[in-house]
Amino acid sequence: MALDRWIALIVLLICVAYGYAAFFSMDDLLPPIMRRSPIWPSSFPKVLSVGAIVFALIILFGLEKSPQKDKAADINLSRLSEYKVGQAAILIGLMIAYALLLRPIGFLASTFLFLTLGSFTLGERRYVIMAIVAIIATAGIWLLVDNVLGIFLRPFPLFMSGG
Amino acid sequence: MLEGLLLGLSTAFTFQNILMVIGGCLIGTFIGMLPGLGPMSIIAIMIPIAITIGDPATALILLAGVYYGAVFGGSTSSILINAPGVASTVATSFDGYPLTRQGKAGKALTVAAIASFSGGTIGAILLLIFAPMLASVALLFHSSEYFALMVVGLSAIAAFAGTGQVAKALLMTFLGLIMATVGEGVLFNAARFTLGIPDLQSGFGFITLAMAMFALPEAIYLILDPNRSKTADGGDNSEIKELRISRDEAKSIAPVIARQSVQGFLIGVLPGAGATIASFLGYAVERNIAPKDEQDQFGKGSVKGVAAPESANNAACTGSFVPLLTLGIPGSGTTAILLGALIALNVSPGPRLMVDEPQIFWAVIISMYLGNLVLLMLNLPLIPYIAKVLAAPRNFLIPFILFFTLMGAYIGQNNATELLLLVGFGICATIFRFADYPLAPLLIGFILGPLLENNFARAMQLYDGMGFIWERPMTLGLLVLAVVLVVLPSYRSRRARARAEGVADGD
Repeated sequence: MALDRWIALIVLLICVAYGYAAFFSMDDLLPPIMRRSPIWPSSFPKVLSVGAIVFALIILFGLEKSPQKDKAADINLSRLSEYKVGQAAILIGLMIAYALLLRPIGFLASTFLFLTLGSFTLGERRYVIMAIVAIIATAGIWLLVDNVLGIFLRPFPLFMSGG
Repeated sequence: MLEGLLLGLSTAFTFQNILMVIGGCLIGTFIGMLPGLGPMSIIAIMIPIAITIGDPATALILLAGVYYGAVFGGSTSSILINAPGVASTVATSFDGYPLTRQGKAGKALTVAAIASFSGGTIGAILLLIFAPMLASVALLFHSSEYFALMVVGLSAIAAFAGTGQVAKALLMTFLGLIMATVGEGVLFNAARFTLGIPDLQSGFGFITLAMAMFALPEAIYLILDPNRSKTADGGDNSEIKELRISRDEAKSIAPVIARQSVQGFLIGVLPGAGATIASFLGYAVERNIAPKDEQDQFGKGSVKGVAAPESANNAACTGSFVPLLTLGIPGSGTTAILLGALIALNVSPGPRLMVDEPQIFWAVIISMYLGNLVLLMLNLPLIPYIAKVLAAPRNFLIPFILFFTLMGAYIGQNNATELLLLVGFGICATIFRFADYPLAPLLIGFILGPLLENNFARAMQLYDGMGFIWERPMTLGLLVLAVVLVVLPSYRSRRARARAEGVADGD
């Protein structure tokens, strides 16, 4: 089964769960006075779940023929192993680490680490340039966001700012 | 109209606003040249900045400048290194890059600059003439027509997705609408579909979703395929000679620019079509109507092949402001993001905009002329220097793109959970892209979702049921149109296929 039909299957399952909530469990909490209204919080979701399930089924059963097209410029999934999947996975991991560490270790340290480790993952080995670029970017963005735009970003680790 | 123009002139020609246009164009051009950051992502990045400005007219002028700059910057990288950073400039690279390899990069860039300028300017004139007309029609619209109109817009987006893609585009639209129902709605003060997670109480952040749908998948593609951002054969594109175009060339591209500016504008006005389709259609039309000997030149370095998509996509950018400003319907993913920004700034685009806040409406139109002028002045002399930014090594470029998507999501919400959502949705979006699912419908559905539901609910309450569908002829007409838009392309492709098969059998 092609990838697009697998996706359709997963989306279908999500929509069925969504539709179940809309049709059967959501209205239990509705106060009696709201039941007199022609529209309930679940009305629109009901329509959406039906529509989404119909189109997911159309894709799942291949009712709409998709044309064969040559996309030389795009990623060819059958040759996925020839691409830098490892690098992509590490960088995604770095992004997750950044999200988790941003608050605890502060903006400056986490951004510096993200930019240097990101370049390192992609094969950069000129450590001095890496460090200079990361320091300038980190400090510049922090100044822009915190001072110019006035959006608070905790610069230092938690223990340095007294929690 | 004249007093409106004057009002717009007086609003736009303040020192601050002119600075905003210039700044916006500069930012847009520079970031737009980097592959992976299209106008949509750049505007999403700029929204927090625009919101802190506070004044909606100024903020919108800034964002419009960024928009034009980004579309323009995308064509620069298309021409110089065959790396269209923006979908709407893919058609530009068909002929622009061959010209670069022939050492005529300067000529290609000049043609692109002039074509963009003309397209944008003609588009702005058409906007000036047609927008008030569309707006007066729009005043006849009630909530049930709004609901129907949004259904038309969403189905038009799906219908333009191309043959064999309609079901996928519609599924993505529904997914976007479903995601929009998460969290507390406006009409019902109860949280829906939050799965008991407090962070979902206010729904998904739209900047998060915009980043996850567009910037992240492109960045992941860049990581996966190192050749994606490189020059094809390492040719030295830093030498740019032959900037001028000859008199004959000017004569041959003038009608192309005129035709494509009008056509591009009209396509841009249609919800869902947008600059990408305008550029491809413009290229295709000009190729088909060119004389036989010039037809062979297309794809091998024809100046007409650069002029057509460039004038069309800039005119379409302007055109997409018509439904946005007069009806509140975004014609493309980018204007959908602009709509989100407007709502955040407490401006509700729609037929009342011209009446309630004319200074915003006219200032934007005037700033379009200004933006185009600034872009022309920027592009012509600065091109050789601007191109140097592209030499930023991939090893540094990609971490920065990723970092900017993270910052875009974090600044908007100030919530680290949003970053995890961003990464999660980004991975999902990349997988969707692997399987050829269009991502723009999801985002447009997500942004239109609350508006669609609120108008639907209001109409239901007014008519105490579904009666509004047959009691209001315009609603019914629009809904029928929506169905036709969805059904017609697949019906026609089915008939064409049946005919083709019939011919094959006959042979």
